[in-house]
Amino acid sequence: MSQNSLRVVWVYPDLLSTYGDQGNVLVLERRARQRRLDVQRLDVRSDQQIPTSGDIYLIGGGEDRPQRLAAERLRRDGGLNRAVANGAIVFSVCAGYQILGHEFINDLGQREQGLGLLDVISTRGEGERCVGDVLGDIDPQLGLPPLTGFENHQGITHLGPTARPFARVRYGKGNGTGDGTEGAFNDTVFGTYMHGPVMARNPHIADLLLKLALDVNALPPVDDRWYEALRNERIAAATQSA
Amino acid sequence: MAGNTGPLSPRAKLAVTAGKAAAAVSRAAGRGSGSVIGGKVALKLDPDLLARLATHLDVVLVSATNGKTTTTRLIAEALRASGPVVSNALGANMPAGITSALAGGSDARYGVIEVDEKYLAMVARDVSPKAIALLNLSRDQLDRAAETRMLAEKWREGLTGTKAVIIANADDPLIVWAASSCSNVVWVAAGQEWKDDAWSCPACGGVMQRPGDDWFCGECGFRRPTPSWALSGDYVLDPHGSAWPIHLQLPGRANKANATTSAAVAATFGVPPQVALERMYQVQAVAGRYDVVNFMGRELRLLLAKNPAGWLETFSLIDGPPAPVLLSVNARGADGTDTSWLWDVDYPRLAGHPIFVIGDRRLDLAVRLEVAGLDFRVCDTVDEAVQAAPPGRIEVIANYTAFQDLRRRVGN
Repeated sequence: MSQNSLRVVWVYPDLLSTYGDQGNVLVLERRARQRRLDVQRLDVRSDQQIPTSGDIYLIGGGEDRPQRLAAERLRRDGGLNRAVANGAIVFSVCAGYQILGHEFINDLGQREQGLGLLDVISTRGEGERCVGDVLGDIDPQLGLPPLTGFENHQGITHLGPTARPFARVRYGKGNGTGDGTEGAFNDTVFGTYMHGPVMARNPHIADLLLKLALDVNALPPVDDRWYEALRNERIAAATQSA
Repeated sequence: MAGNTGPLSPRAKLAVTAGKAAAAVSRAAGRGSGSVIGGKVALKLDPDLLARLATHLDVVLVSATNGKTTTTRLIAEALRASGPVVSNALGANMPAGITSALAGGSDARYGVIEVDEKYLAMVARDVSPKAIALLNLSRDQLDRAAETRMLAEKWREGLTGTKAVIIANADDPLIVWAASSCSNVVWVAAGQEWKDDAWSCPACGGVMQRPGDDWFCGECGFRRPTPSWALSGDYVLDPHGSAWPIHLQLPGRANKANATTSAAVAATFGVPPQVALERMYQVQAVAGRYDVVNFMGRELRLLLAKNPAGWLETFSLIDGPPAPVLLSVNARGADGTDTSWLWDVDYPRLAGHPIFVIGDRRLDLAVRLEVAGLDFRVCDTVDEAVQAAPPGRIEVIANYTAFQDLRRRVGN
């Protein structure tokens, strides 16, 4: 954390906030404030410059055309890449996840260059969209409980050698590669297909980002009663519907 | 007066009769009003039936993400000043339900038809409407519906070359885009509180600028058209600049907007705004929505809100604190099975209200409210919530199947 307050940057809500993506910003903000941290939230529209001094950047999901526009504007802006070079943490969802990779297929059916912040390449699946509840186990290196989420995408994302799968799915499609991987991460950049407010069901992800940004190993506990009740219900539902 | 019994071929007549029989069987079996199953049987027997039933009607189509059932009802009331109306008043808004409704109105002059967003272009082709009212488009059930901008694009393509007068909301950029391929458009400044689906220009993708009530794209020439009708406070302003008072039993700004659009539609059929608006006062509740019921000795007002834009309009019409608020959310097929949209709803606006939470997905809602920093109580049933609620009329807000569950339990 480079200044007195924790700076959380929400990247391009005008393009990449299709369905509840704001949830991750709200959960992160809430859990930081519950730890008595001073949080500064910056919502940056796609006609504004991306600040390079943020601590945590959140980037959400979006429709196909806005995804292309966001990639174009982020490439031109360059701020997110500079922030990551400075050590910032990035957490991305669906369309945002694809943008952080080397390339993806855009709304015109063409290969669109990404930001190269994650060693992944995305293509588009031929079959039906992956829609439904997901249950998975997050990479043990991160020390988090199981991942529960909802997916709604048609992407297929292949990981290169410097990206690790964020999770292995027990139920659901994840990266769509058929090998059971879901999402990707490296030291500071994370991507997932768990769309929208994934932190509402996985508040430990918010805590992980806070710990990385603050460079601490632990945070004071907060009341997780409702999160835990929701997690238990959704994990049971995913198990039963499979 | 035009009727639609004459032109029906023997095959079409058979289809109508068979459809009515199927509906009667469905009703007798206790499976609802039977309108959809009747329509399905009839359409199978005669696929052109919808077009033929509409031949001798002046048809108005109404479509939107929110407010289409209510607006259909308001337009129907207004047009009754000028002749008999047939309408799918209960919200069965796909081709089968529409066919069934039209088959029931052989003496009608007007057909006022609510159409599901996905079927608008198709129904508009089949029934050659005289007018089409387009109210608003916003995110709704993205796990099974088309993306919102794509829907606007489909409307635009489907309505190209239509002979109908389009009565469209000038304050919703997606609606303006959808209507922009039509030659005869009456623009209505009906307002739209929800803005988060139109920050990106539907024409070129540029960032939209929204100073005050105006909007325009910073990059191409796409901008808000000049409206000829407008909602201004409690008044409808007509194209001559006259202001007509709106008296509705239905609450809220959104319904004043619906009344404004309805007055503009009625005017295209020669019904003056004053007459139209007076008739709209008759509408009390629409398919149980806005109804005030007594349950366990308490008053409950039943409000339906299915998506973030709908919740936003609903929050603006409920009684202020300390009125108790009961929220119910399900995620069954008809609701969309994904609850992510809860995070787009501005729940902090409920601060100060005692809040009670029920429904299949009450835990999703509980986390949402916890993160919003609100006090709330999670209950297993509506009975438990009503018992626990402090005095005062309870404002009950529910999404689609949760609303149906509530109506069954509280008996309205």
